[in-house]
Amino acid sequence: MFIIKAIESLGSAVKYPVEETGRIILLWCSTLRWIIRPPFYIRNTFKQMSEIGVNSLPVVLITAVFTGMVLALQSYTSFKRFGAEGLVGSVVALSLTRELGPVLTALIVTGRAGAAMAAELGTMRVTEQIDALETLATNPIKYLIVPRFLSGLIMLPLLTVIADIVGIIGGYFVTVVIFGASKVTYIRMTWDNLELSDIYNGLIKACFFGAALSLICCYKGFYARGGAEGVGRATTGAVVLSFMTILISDYFLSAWLFV
Amino acid sequence: MIEIIDLHKSFGKNHVLRGVNLKVDKGESVVVLGGSGSGKTVLLRQIIGLSKPDKGTVMIDGIEISRLNENELNEFRKKFGMLFQSSALFDSMSVWENVGFALRQHTKLHDAEIKEIAREKLKLVGLVGVEDIMPSELSGGMRKRVGLARAIAIEPEILLYDEPTTGLDPIMADAINDLIIEMREKLNITSIAITHDIKSAYKIADRIAMLYNGIIIETGTPQEIKNTSNPVVRQFIEGSAVGPIVLEGVKR
Repeated sequence: MFIIKAIESLGSAVKYPVEETGRIILLWCSTLRWIIRPPFYIRNTFKQMSEIGVNSLPVVLITAVFTGMVLALQSYTSFKRFGAEGLVGSVVALSLTRELGPVLTALIVTGRAGAAMAAELGTMRVTEQIDALETLATNPIKYLIVPRFLSGLIMLPLLTVIADIVGIIGGYFVTVVIFGASKVTYIRMTWDNLELSDIYNGLIKACFFGAALSLICCYKGFYARGGAEGVGRATTGAVVLSFMTILISDYFLSAWLFV
Repeated sequence: MIEIIDLHKSFGKNHVLRGVNLKVDKGESVVVLGGSGSGKTVLLRQIIGLSKPDKGTVMIDGIEISRLNENELNEFRKKFGMLFQSSALFDSMSVWENVGFALRQHTKLHDAEIKEIAREKLKLVGLVGVEDIMPSELSGGMRKRVGLARAIAIEPEILLYDEPTTGLDPIMADAINDLIIEMREKLNITSIAITHDIKSAYKIADRIAMLYNGIIIETGTPQEIKNTSNPVVRQFIEGSAVGPIVLEGVKR
């Protein structure tokens, strides 16, 4: 009896995430199918690119510069104990390009643009605007989700490049200007130990995160149910699920790309 | 012509439509009456293919709508216009962009021409000088009118009205009724309206169908419905809480 109960509750605990994963994958498939079919909503796509990319830029810049600065601060003071201050440049550059650039950018974009996406689509769903789109002979996946998905995919790596550069500048500022370490060593260490593969592997991650977060946030909003409360739930769910997906997949992507 | 044959639809354990049969001729105006939760909206969504039936068919001009693929369905939907209960205007677009939405999507007309057509359609529903404002600045009655203008923008053959008078004051409701009649007369459109507003039904319908317990229990002209002997229909049109209709969750 107890065993059956246990299996039952395990089953029902597993059922929901499995179902949801399935539905997200289905949405992804139809999104991919609609990307290549005309008509192309170029104006919509540019609008979303500016929403996701341009409007997230200030927050990304501030986060990246301070991340670079604190990285330099922590590694400089710790490395000084065993006389390895010279390595700070490499540590900052490698951590940013391989890890922190893509991940932090993705988390910020989720919090800013992803949540807005889920809330917007959720509101459109509960106020029947998505049904209205369909009755006007317009496919809502094509019209609403494809532009957001593409913008996530394109803008995340661009933001990441900017975050990488700004972070390295922040690290330079702390190491060289505040701690007075050698300018030449910092630049040399950054330049010599950073390989092209560090940068583009980081950008592959960023592409994946961008696609994943925009798809998840669209999914949550698109299938929102139950009025204002449902929209709230969809938005929270979108942010939580995107964060988890980003952080968990980050490990596996790193293991695959960098090991 | 619209033909609904033995239509079934369930949501989980809730068997909402239990074999609906209804025929609507070209140019006819049919009102489906029914209480809250009787499945009126579900029926309307089936007709325009927003959800698929579990069993049964909806035939429109001889084509079974649930058999169409995505592209065919999109193409087919150009025959339809639908006025939503909440109007469902796109709140990120101005009034004229709402009205001209379908034209922008499906024709190669320039924005200036679309705006001109939108202005014409808005005039047809009695709105002048609102093209450039946003839907959030409109009152409920005006939103309904814009919704109607949007629905008729691509000159559909069939218009569906989801509770057109709900949430409006009696005068505005009557104005919308007049508008629905006008649409039918001017544009020769087939229309199906679902409502629980008896007064509106009497006014706009050529024929009234009563939906109860998931089936159409009676159809007839407004006059026939007024003189019906069916106790359920009687109770509904008299608006009495006492009678054979069981209110869900209410004990008497």
